Amino acid sequence: MNSILVFPMLLPIIVGVLLIFLRTYGRLQAWVSIVAMSITAGMSGYLLHVVQTEGIIRLDFGGWEPPFGILFVADSFSMLLVLTSSIITAICLSYALISTSKELQTMYFYPTVLFLIAGVNGSFLTGDMFNLFVCFEVMLLSSYVLLTLGNSKRQLREAIKYVSINIVSSWFFLVALAFLYGTLGTLNMAHLAERVAEVGQTPLLTTISIVFLIVFSLKAGLLLYFWLPGSYSSPPIVTSALFGALLTKVGIYALFRVFSLIFYHQPEITHTIIGIMAVLTLIGGSLGAIAFNDIRSIAAYNVVIAVGFMLVGLAIATPSAIEGSIYYLIHDMVAKALLFLVIGTMITLSGTSKMAGMSGLMKNYPLLGWSFFITMLSLAGIPPLSGFIGKILISSAAIDSGSYVLLAFALLSSMFVLYSLLRIFKNCFWGETIVSKEEQLPLRRGVLVPCLVLVSLTIAIGLGTESMAPYIVNAADTLVNPDIYINAVLGKTQ
Amino acid sequence: MESLIIVLVGVLTTVAIYLVLSKNVVRVILGTAILSHAVHLLILSMGDLKVGTVPLLGEEATTYVDALPQALILTAIVISFAVTAFVLVLAYRAYQELGTDDLGAMRGSQDE
Repeated sequence: MNSILVFPMLLPIIVGVLLIFLRTYGRLQAWVSIVAMSITAGMSGYLLHVVQTEGIIRLDFGGWEPPFGILFVADSFSMLLVLTSSIITAICLSYALISTSKELQTMYFYPTVLFLIAGVNGSFLTGDMFNLFVCFEVMLLSSYVLLTLGNSKRQLREAIKYVSINIVSSWFFLVALAFLYGTLGTLNMAHLAERVAEVGQTPLLTTISIVFLIVFSLKAGLLLYFWLPGSYSSPPIVTSALFGALLTKVGIYALFRVFSLIFYHQPEITHTIIGIMAVLTLIGGSLGAIAFNDIRSIAAYNVVIAVGFMLVGLAIATPSAIEGSIYYLIHDMVAKALLFLVIGTMITLSGTSKMAGMSGLMKNYPLLGWSFFITMLSLAGIPPLSGFIGKILISSAAIDSGSYVLLAFALLSSMFVLYSLLRIFKNCFWGETIVSKEEQLPLRRGVLVPCLVLVSLTIAIGLGTESMAPYIVNAADTLVNPDIYINAVLGKTQ
Repeated sequence: MESLIIVLVGVLTTVAIYLVLSKNVVRVILGTAILSHAVHLLILSMGDLKVGTVPLLGEEATTYVDALPQALILTAIVISFAVTAFVLVLAYRAYQELGTDDLGAMRGSQDE
């Protein structure tokens, strides 16, 4: 039964390989990949239910029992993220089906997206540090390809920077793995956690944990986000939406996993550094979000702000703060995909990404305008939308633990999110309509459907918080009590 | 022996960092290739160098070498090979499109 656990990674790979042979059939590829992602989402939902009722499940590849072999471990945290990312990918793919050029569709766009999601799901599921590195690389290689597909000069230029920075961060990852293996003699996450707990977190181990912090911060865009705005604002909008929704989240997942399961014994060092980095990220992201006139850059800086906000939850590290971060993580995947898709539609319609070139879109495209409005409220954390519950939980946890500085910056950043998006809303949707009803570009049929699905998702998450709560509480519980995870992996075989 | 290898790792890393910090794209790529070699040697020396025979059944030896670092390196080599191949093609395409291999000229202008 446990072998179903491999499918969230295996299914996209198999389908992706098949699609390579169907290169010329753009629409067929899109439909096949949407169906594949829907099946993946369905299976993840089922697995989430199983984990909730029967506890953590694992799959030992080749029958090698931990700590010897590579394994996949599914707890509520990873299954929630796998489920969300599969749904988001399916929606983004349907947007690609409707909106992207035929040229892009036949240049292996869909297979690459499927390989990307295989890497993302693999990173969420794996229970082995080196396998995490491999899954990261699968994801990164696909992202390199996606970033260059479309072939504009700007993309090539940004891709060189993005690829270089990621090669260096992968190098740091390998260095950290080498030292970790040299000191502890294992790479299985649960085994690592057990051994660190036994010998205590020595200064050497804390140093290694900080190398990991650098690696994952580079991937997540925590403080080391200088590469992010350029590379997230240059590719086709579907790619940006996928990147904004998924890629940084994998880095955040890794930070949560490593610093709550393995290196949690010296919070006064590691978690303080994370807190400082989160605050600096919030400041930098906020300044960036209000500094630009290009709406794609504003959206990219909003990704940065969200990263800082979630890591505030990890820095506080109380159960309710972790819970809030998980809520916010799921919300942010939905909301960032939505933000990028709406902004992409605006750019397609007005032919420019500058705020100055758009005005009064509300009169021509009211539905698009209100979608943007809901996105804005959701990202700012207005109830009853999905961003609210995460913000309130992190804020109350910050008050309980006396982290007033973190609280102040987290709340202040929400104001900046609201301000930066309100500026887009005011300049682009209100104001004098410069394009008359006769001259306006027609919305391509169905192009708003993916956006509306995401809008209803963000409302549904906001209203359905109560029904999600048991899963989130379980996920936070496993993160706060590493013994549950360790026993599930190293205990007797199921 | 391990100390010697660690010194070699240091030398390789130094060379690689010098190359990565230069402005020419091809030099940067060569730098990243050397960088990956350095870390492979580091992983290898972490598992102790040559303390016994190959870890196979039927060798009848008292000590065996640790097979795991070798497996890790094999995987890492394949990945770095793929990435290097991709970056070389990317650099070539960028050179064709942008007409330059100078990273300083790829800064991008404000008016895009």
